[in-house]
Amino acid sequence: MKDNPSRPFYLVPYYLWIALFVIAPITLIFYFSFLDLTGAFTLENYQNFFSSVYLRMTLSSFWYAFLITLITILIAYPTAYWLTKTKHKQLWLLLIIIPSWINLLLKAYAFIGIFGLYGPANKLLQTLGAGPWQILFTDFSFIFVSVYIFIPFMVLPIFNSLDKINPALIDASRDLGASSFTTFRRVIFPLAINGVKSGVQAVFIPALSLFVITRLIAGNKVITLGTAIEQQFLVTQNWGMGSTIAMFLILFMIIIMMLTGQKEKGGSYNGKTK
Amino acid sequence: MKEIVRAAIAILLVSAILLYAVNALEKSSATTDGGTISVYNWGEYIDPELIDQFEAETNISVIYETFDSNESMMTKIEQGGTTYDVAMPSEYAIEKMKENDLLHPIDHELIPNLENIDPYFLDLPFDPGNEYSIPYFWGTVGIAFNPTLLEGQTFESWDDLWNPTLEQEVILVDSAREVIGMGLNSLGYSLNSTDLGELREATDKLKTMGPNVKAIIGDEIVEMMRREEAAVAVTWSGQAADMMWINEDIDYVVPKEGSNLWFDNMIIPKTAGNVEGAHAFINFMLDPEVAAQNADYVGYSTPNEQAVALMDPEVTGDERFYPPEELRERLEVYENLGLEMLGTYNELFLEFKMDMEN
Amino acid sequence: MAKLSKPAKIYLALVFAILYAPIFYLIFYSFNSGGTMSSFEGFTLEHYAAVFNDTRLLIILMNTVIVALLSSLISTAIGVLGAIGIVFLRNRKTRNAVLSLNTILIVSPDVIIGASFLILFTMIGVKLGFASVLISHIAFSIPIVVIMVLPKLQEMSHSLIDAATDLGASKRDILTRVIIPYIKPGIFAGFFLALTYSLDDFAVTFFVTGNGFSTLSIEIYSMARAGITLTINALSALIFAVTLGLVLGYYFFTQRAGQSPGTGGAKV
Repeated sequence: MKDNPSRPFYLVPYYLWIALFVIAPITLIFYFSFLDLTGAFTLENYQNFFSSVYLRMTLSSFWYAFLITLITILIAYPTAYWLTKTKHKQLWLLLIIIPSWINLLLKAYAFIGIFGLYGPANKLLQTLGAGPWQILFTDFSFIFVSVYIFIPFMVLPIFNSLDKINPALIDASRDLGASSFTTFRRVIFPLAINGVKSGVQAVFIPALSLFVITRLIAGNKVITLGTAIEQQFLVTQNWGMGSTIAMFLILFMIIIMMLTGQKEKGGSYNGKTK
Repeated sequence: MKEIVRAAIAILLVSAILLYAVNALEKSSATTDGGTISVYNWGEYIDPELIDQFEAETNISVIYETFDSNESMMTKIEQGGTTYDVAMPSEYAIEKMKENDLLHPIDHELIPNLENIDPYFLDLPFDPGNEYSIPYFWGTVGIAFNPTLLEGQTFESWDDLWNPTLEQEVILVDSAREVIGMGLNSLGYSLNSTDLGELREATDKLKTMGPNVKAIIGDEIVEMMRREEAAVAVTWSGQAADMMWINEDIDYVVPKEGSNLWFDNMIIPKTAGNVEGAHAFINFMLDPEVAAQNADYVGYSTPNEQAVALMDPEVTGDERFYPPEELRERLEVYENLGLEMLGTYNELFLEFKMDMEN
Repeated sequence: MAKLSKPAKIYLALVFAILYAPIFYLIFYSFNSGGTMSSFEGFTLEHYAAVFNDTRLLIILMNTVIVALLSSLISTAIGVLGAIGIVFLRNRKTRNAVLSLNTILIVSPDVIIGASFLILFTMIGVKLGFASVLISHIAFSIPIVVIMVLPKLQEMSHSLIDAATDLGASKRDILTRVIIPYIKPGIFAGFFLALTYSLDDFAVTFFVTGNGFSTLSIEIYSMARAGITLTINALSALIFAVTLGLVLGYYFFTQRAGQSPGTGGAKV
């Protein structure tokens, strides 16, 4: 940060924030990750992480997070795309966000009711001649509700970047004889990729650390890294192990940031889009 | 830019108005001249009318707050920065808090109503002489089941849960000691086992129950059973009582191999700001009529002998919830096994959950 | 602008239907005299009356709103300035490092954030309560704002700023007249997401609050032990109706007044 001689004063609160609420907590977590239950130095936590239980948990956690992110993109992208074409697009966008202001636990309880054996979802299935099925406490309900939670977080950034696209560009592409599909693939999609990236950042790793939903909707049949951390901190009170898992989560995050960061450089390092 | 500034000003204005309203409301609701106490309890674990009654009787105003697990409550008290005056942890948590020097001794002189408590619940191993804790509620762990959803299946033993006819019908409570304990009990071992061989055996046995397990959840069990989403649940007695309150078909058994007997107790944290007020509150809760009303509201079993006498004999005579002393003998109270052992229990529980995935 | 095709309309309708389904489910049962969220027995307004008779619940609700509004406002201010700073960092490595630090908070599980903030506050000696909750909410909202604002900033052409500089605009003018209007949609997006995070947060608040200060989500989580009362349903229905009313009202008011709407139109 020293390389910017004209560092303006308005960055002070931001850097202060980074120091106090990012670097300090990470240092604390890093420090705790080397402590055992009695507070003595140990490497055991890291050793323990590579035991089969935690490795399996990490893998399945990644798999679910991947599925959730993918499905969220698949649903959110067309939503955002078509929203930009509606008349009152800002209003519709707000209406996408409003559901997320209702407490998550309450919505989870509502889903328990909706997906229940005697709930509306099964009633609908029965009128269609199927069911009743066990929907609650399955992979399906877990992924469904997770995607539900993350949709606004994906729609918002994609909408923002799509909305910026100059209609003249699309017209030009059309005038040049491109089909709407080609226009989409060659013009709209590349321009919206930054929004998708922000969306992925706001969805993928939080999906790794979901924890309320795993119990309420998946009946603890899905275990994520977040569940394990929560348990270590709140139940086992083994802050050392909890911190170790957290360190790995942070590591995964840095890797993902590096992966999405590289592609970004070409396009916008200079602040210019192609 | 103008628009942003305007929006910011609007937000500040709204916040200021709300802050003012909160202050006004807090002032109007506080009728203090006898001071204030903070009570830290489980959610919905007290009849709110009793708080009003206490405030009216003593002029002490009560700030009532809730926690959702013993561990999170302890973390809050241990880290400091809080001044809770009364809290209601479970017995093993009290042992731990004692070890960590988080408790204020209770002056029995200030709690004359202590004589109302059944002596059976006093002077227990987790707190000899009740130096730091006063009993609040107690109960057991067992099997709640709905016979209308089961074809004549009954439950006497933990092993009945392994019956292949129960596929996808059993809900387990999301708590390591209860579930691993069930495995231990079903093999005839102690709930407080620290023998790694026994624990491994119990976990392996639990894993074979996998196909029967529908979910491992917390307090939602009550709703699931009420709505007949599942036929069987392993849970605490108070939750079973809650289920029956709505769905009369449900029954509750404590299996013959034995199970857990637990106590929630009132304590005064070392960080308390109003120790005198805390004593007054504890004494108030032990009043027979108060305790009876509270037990009616909450649904758990009260250790208050005088209160039991005032309550509906149909409730207090129910051996499922007020098991007589000879039945209690096969029950075990959790001992504080230490953090390391607790970690082992949790790791095994995690292993069990992981095993159920798909 | 092209009109939406029929499949597009159906698709959007479906998405909205699903997004609102659980909320309508909650609202539906708030009128249930049966007392639970399963079988509907009869219509009643008693749960709504209960909301207004419960002073404690009202105080908690107002506290929740105050914390949400203030923390979102402050974190948006800090976050926007931070994002602008990040974009102008010349060194690519520093930029990526700052960005990674920024994202760490978004991705850390709430429990860890809460626990580490608690240790931090008790170490510094901040009294737990309103202040500590507000500070924590600001802290975990800042990175969201940054993430929301960055794409806009990155799309902003440098020539715009160069042009402004050539025309003799001061740094301040560039910030307030060029950059901020351009990224306005991102700013509003960031603000609304910060609001979302704040309203929904349980774990962090739980750790950093002291006695005498509670928010709605803490209240709801701790109620879960004995089942959530329909009073909370009624309260949520009220919150939902009020927010929806405010949003619609504000939107159409500004529309009629001929301004771009509150979310910030894409046009500057």
